[in-house]
Amino acid sequence: MLERKIINIFMYKAKVNITLRNSILDPKGKAAHHALQNLGLKPVKDVRIGKYIELNIDATSKDEAYGLAETACTKLLANEVMEDFHITIE
Amino acid sequence: MSKKIGVIVFPGSNCDHDAYHALKHIMNADTTFLWHKDHDLRDIDLLIIPGGFSYGDYLRSGAIARFSPIMNAVQDYVKKGYPVLGICNGFQILLEAGLLPGAMLHNEKLRFICKNVHIRVESIRSPFTAGLEKGQVLNIPVSHGEGNYFIGQDGVRQLEENEQIAFRYCNENGDITKEANINGSVSNIAGITNKNGNVLGMMPHPERAMEPILGLTDGIPFFESVLNKLEIA
Repeated sequence: MLERKIINIFMYKAKVNITLRNSILDPKGKAAHHALQNLGLKPVKDVRIGKYIELNIDATSKDEAYGLAETACTKLLANEVMEDFHITIE
Repeated sequence: MSKKIGVIVFPGSNCDHDAYHALKHIMNADTTFLWHKDHDLRDIDLLIIPGGFSYGDYLRSGAIARFSPIMNAVQDYVKKGYPVLGICNGFQILLEAGLLPGAMLHNEKLRFICKNVHIRVESIRSPFTAGLEKGQVLNIPVSHGEGNYFIGQDGVRQLEENEQIAFRYCNENGDITKEANINGSVSNIAGITNKNGNVLGMMPHPERAMEPILGLTDGIPFFESVLNKLEIA
């Protein structure tokens, strides 16, 4: 009898946050911050605007899903010359 | 056999016909369009990646275009030492493709800038600018929302050491000033080449400065330099 190996594939959700690197001026964030100041929200001291991306990924493990999301970020979703990314897997 | 110029057309390119018109009808060079799904660059002797909004600038300008099938051929083409000129969105695509160093941020003041500016020739090391004079001032239009060139300090130093900075934004007297730096680019950079000098990316549009009836003509000496020095004319 041949032994049958069962591979379970799960659906993971990768939540990716992409932000401009801290050393880089964020003109959109600055404009939003200025508008918030005009609204009277003086305690808001800084605004940084980034992107939020969700990926639904078929993978056999959480690590595999993370690896795939990381590849997606470094190859396309983020430009590491000017952006950082943070991935959480659910 | 006559030398041939290819202009790549992406979905969203909008300066492809300007570039074609400038080279074919004004410079009288043999020019052809290439579709972004083409896989080889056939007999092309100079490749132009034109301006526009390839793929609607989704994600980042140029980020999706670099995965078009033709870009694999462009990588090989550059490796073999053939010349590639990227204008505006073409420059952004070359940055995203890693064929030029650095990245493009939104203009410092967030506005889309469409106006005539002055740029100064900073290096005549590459064939693209070898027919111009160092310090020469050209009056050329720009038209972009993401033209704020960024590279780290080490990167700028390397660009300077290797004479890779082709153009800087300047005032009409040729002075490199803060006021002349329309979009906030590092070190007033308007155009750079790769180390080898066979790839030039620039934000200004020389193809839109070709006819007196349209106002500006400083694109002509630029393309004369390109075609003469690359022996395409």
